[in-house]
Amino acid sequence: MEAIKNLLFRMADDELIYGHRMSEWTGMGPIMEEDIAYSSMAQDKIGHALANYSILEKEFQTANPDKLAFFRKENELMNCQLVELSNHEYDFSLVRHFLFDHADFIRYEMLSTSSFAPLAQLSKKIKGELKYHVLHADTWLTRLGNATDESHARMQSALNELWNYALGIFEPSDYEAQLIAEKIFDGEKVLQQKWIEKISPIIEKANLKIPSSSSPVYGGRKGYHTDQLQPLLTEMAEVISSEAEGTEW
Amino acid sequence: MYGGGYIQEEKQEATSPIDDAQKLAAFEARIDRGEKIEPHDWMPADYRKQLIRMIEQHAHSEVIGALPEGTWITRAPGFRRKLALIAKVQDEIGHAHLLYSAAETLGKSREHMINDLLTGKSKYSNVFNYPAKTWADVTVIGFLIDAGAIVNQVANSKGSYGPYCRALERICYEESFHLKQGHDAFITLATGKKAQHDMLQDALNRWWKPIMHFHGPPDKISEHTAKLMRWKVKMATNDDMRNQFLDMYVPKILEIGITIPDPNLKKNEATGQWEFSDPDWDEFKRVINGDGPCNAERLAVRQYVEEHGKWVRTAMMNPNQKVVIPFA
Repeated sequence: MEAIKNLLFRMADDELIYGHRMSEWTGMGPIMEEDIAYSSMAQDKIGHALANYSILEKEFQTANPDKLAFFRKENELMNCQLVELSNHEYDFSLVRHFLFDHADFIRYEMLSTSSFAPLAQLSKKIKGELKYHVLHADTWLTRLGNATDESHARMQSALNELWNYALGIFEPSDYEAQLIAEKIFDGEKVLQQKWIEKISPIIEKANLKIPSSSSPVYGGRKGYHTDQLQPLLTEMAEVISSEAEGTEW
Repeated sequence: MYGGGYIQEEKQEATSPIDDAQKLAAFEARIDRGEKIEPHDWMPADYRKQLIRMIEQHAHSEVIGALPEGTWITRAPGFRRKLALIAKVQDEIGHAHLLYSAAETLGKSREHMINDLLTGKSKYSNVFNYPAKTWADVTVIGFLIDAGAIVNQVANSKGSYGPYCRALERICYEESFHLKQGHDAFITLATGKKAQHDMLQDALNRWWKPIMHFHGPPDKISEHTAKLMRWKVKMATNDDMRNQFLDMYVPKILEIGITIPDPNLKKNEATGQWEFSDPDWDEFKRVINGDGPCNAERLAVRQYVEEHGKWVRTAMMNPNQKVVIPFA
């Protein structure tokens, strides 16, 4: 039970924090079409967070989704550090979108055959949405990687900067063996392998190179975060925490 | 060069203000018969000019209007409000997209329109030059500004220019959901805890003047109305729209225990017209000409966005790019 809860929290927190970052592009995109795309994906991500928290509430009697999302402390969040980093410029956000969404899509694809039925059912629905997020990321990465010198340099530089954080998505939990044995989830190691196989040819097609040395940034899954997460959480809870928990807004 | 598929040469501005009398008569007869004018049809130069001005301002209002509410997406209280607000602001940008496309059919490119916005040559709705200070402001905007916009847009969707009418029909459909979510959030605060109620009252007090300005100056001092109405570019006068708005929404505000900060606001049952204090039309003029609380900030944000997105647009326009087909 702890194993599934841990998995759900990791996934829900990823989606919540990443959805927050994506939503910051609303009204700020380099072209209007990208404003709309990021807002749309942000809604999906935040919806996915809500769905995962809802499973936690229903199956494991945790607090309700609003409480889980808006009232937990920084060190209680289990998202990977990749998703909490501030947006920077569009290049940074796009490369993160590419790296994260491929992992996310494969994760939900793997989970669509999970022995834990509520998650399997949800994953079938979510992977259908993530398909479009991945298509969006691939289209832009490939175009910008091959366009001007500046866009190419920006893409490569963002990839270099984000690579180790992306590897942190796959930080193993204490429950890997149990999840695998009980056929709930095939584990982070398999996910990472599938991810690298999937993204390598696209990165090549975008005329970019995977950094030669790598050192995964772990910690997020255990509640250790960068200094960029707390300001996000404070902002997110600014209104809802101005009145007692449970107040209708 | 703003965006991938929308690039077109600037058409020559129509230079002759004197239209062929026969063509003009035929054009006006079509409008009288209730026909729609389409992009390739003949139209008076001034019709084209006024429509561009109007649709462009409408589009800019959607883009700038996304900013005051957009800053509250990350602070929206709870999943339900957060999801609704992102969807709502996304719609506004989508509306801008539709409207720029409609205006482009008249010969002005999106980039040209955006440039005119950034230089201050082209205006946008005055209300967005006021700050959204608290969450309650978001509910006031979502309920009452959207309501005001619907009154205006429903009327104009029955106008004469086909592409604008079709864009407006779709916009009105989406706006009706915005109004519902705004009304719901507004009522929740009004009927919530005292601090929530007070926050809402404070927000309405600050927003009432801009709301009264929303439909534009009174007919007696409005410049463009008569000709625009004859050509069905504009379908109702500023005063008519304001009156209709007050008819529909004053009771909804009062019934939930919120006060309207104008002791002189009342309906004259004999004339059917609302009477109210002068909402300070001098302030309206000052703000529309750049001297409002947030004019500089709003344009600065758009300038920042344009500047920081320029490399993306340049890259998308690069003819040397090796990959042109979306990877799928």
